[in-house]
Amino acid sequence: MDTKRYELNVQLAQMLKGGVIMDVTNVEQAKIAEEAGAVSVMALERVPADIRKDGGVARMSDPSMIAAIKKAVSIPVMAKARIGHFVEAQILEALRIDYIDESEVLTPADEECHIDKTKFSIPFVCGARNLGEALRRIAEGAAMIRTKGEAGTGNVVEAVRHMRTMNREIRQLVQMPVEEVTGFAKANGLPYELALKVKELGRLPVVNFAAGGIATPADAALMMQLGCDGVFVGSGIFKSADPAKRARAIVKATAYFNDPQKVLEASMDLGEAMPGLEISQIPPEQILAGRGW
Amino acid sequence: MMNLHLVSNKPSVIGVLDLQGGVHEHLEHLESLGVVYKRVKQVEDFADLAGLIIPGGESSCLSRLLNIFEIKDVLLQAHQRGMKIWGTCAGAILLANKIVGESSCLNLINITIERNSFGSQLDSFVSEATIPAVAAEPIPLIFIRAPKIIDVGSDVNVLLEIGDYIAAAENESVLVTVFHPELTGCLAFHRYFAMKCGLKITASDHEYIDPHWKSCSWTKHAGNI
Repeated sequence: MDTKRYELNVQLAQMLKGGVIMDVTNVEQAKIAEEAGAVSVMALERVPADIRKDGGVARMSDPSMIAAIKKAVSIPVMAKARIGHFVEAQILEALRIDYIDESEVLTPADEECHIDKTKFSIPFVCGARNLGEALRRIAEGAAMIRTKGEAGTGNVVEAVRHMRTMNREIRQLVQMPVEEVTGFAKANGLPYELALKVKELGRLPVVNFAAGGIATPADAALMMQLGCDGVFVGSGIFKSADPAKRARAIVKATAYFNDPQKVLEASMDLGEAMPGLEISQIPPEQILAGRGW
Repeated sequence: MMNLHLVSNKPSVIGVLDLQGGVHEHLEHLESLGVVYKRVKQVEDFADLAGLIIPGGESSCLSRLLNIFEIKDVLLQAHQRGMKIWGTCAGAILLANKIVGESSCLNLINITIERNSFGSQLDSFVSEATIPAVAAEPIPLIFIRAPKIIDVGSDVNVLLEIGDYIAAAENESVLVTVFHPELTGCLAFHRYFAMKCGLKITASDHEYIDPHWKSCSWTKHAGNI
């Protein structure tokens, strides 16, 4: 991928700022999401809550289902490839969707290597729990970052942890003298050049969304106030009692995240949220955020 | 540094509609140009604006948000009072009076526009063109999942036509571009719009490539941690 193509891919993510990207599993849901004001849809066969429940190996979705969703909406379409599964990524690029999520929600195909994203023209978004993980993905060619959170739980605690961790590490980097950056980069696994870039900018050089466990308008506004540029909502919408209403409400709360009166209005009368999962009740081998490094 | 002269008591602030999309990028360009700018998000933010930029983003999202919080009527009233409007990409779609296959939103310029007319992100591209009304030098053009203007009314002035589509056009009060000047270091379109808003900016053309601009310059307006 040449520099200009990479910049265009980063810039598409810039146009999604302040918006909500919604998981959808069929054409009908995709249309509900678009109508509700989603800036993009993530096309997948099962939302994370069902992947968690069903167990087994979770793979890239059927391309014909992704193609049907692509045809049904005019907003950008994203789809997930397994960590390290560069052939799934090649297929998604051949399908000409708009963004690939190299995602820990699917079962990893490679426990050593993530995809070399610089070999692709299509943009990638990748999950991260901390600054080192975010910068390693950017070094591999990711054009957009999101927190990993803990997908399919309806529990925002992990997304908050990951965003606070990134913010803390960025603040440390900004405040330290430049001669300390080498050691900090070594200790935290930060590519050095990107560490210097973050020190200069005081934030990631690409758009950073919240993901993993966001279920309510308040969750979305919380992540935005913590400094995220936008929000992914996976199971939170179509596992709730009234998906269309909840989708619209989360769009409102994300746009007006700093306005408690409007977040209040958005939070009224939404019906049941998705059932939540306490993180400590999840067996360690089923923690999705631990996939990838 | 460029000089900015205000014309009498007229409003001199340019706002950027801050609902969703490429807001920070426009703020950064207005700042580089020395224009007084502000984010526009609430009804009261529309008072005394000389101009409003509707940024790129997703037009379906922006249109929904405009309708939910009564921003749309206030925006139309401000336009009636003389506020100029510039829409980039999604902004141009919102301003059009005809959108292929969809109902229109603001109806402020007599153009027919087609959403996402080039294809997927893999079809996004960069080019350049000389637009004599805007600057003597060629201007870099960035098209991201861009729309195409496929027809204009007789009261609309075409600024740039490329092949079978129109990429920039204006009427007396509204400017539309399907590309993104805010994603390049070129300030020419922002200067052009500022002058359309009645602000007087003096500097020669070559000064409209901001030498300090970088692709991540927008970040200084975004994400407080």
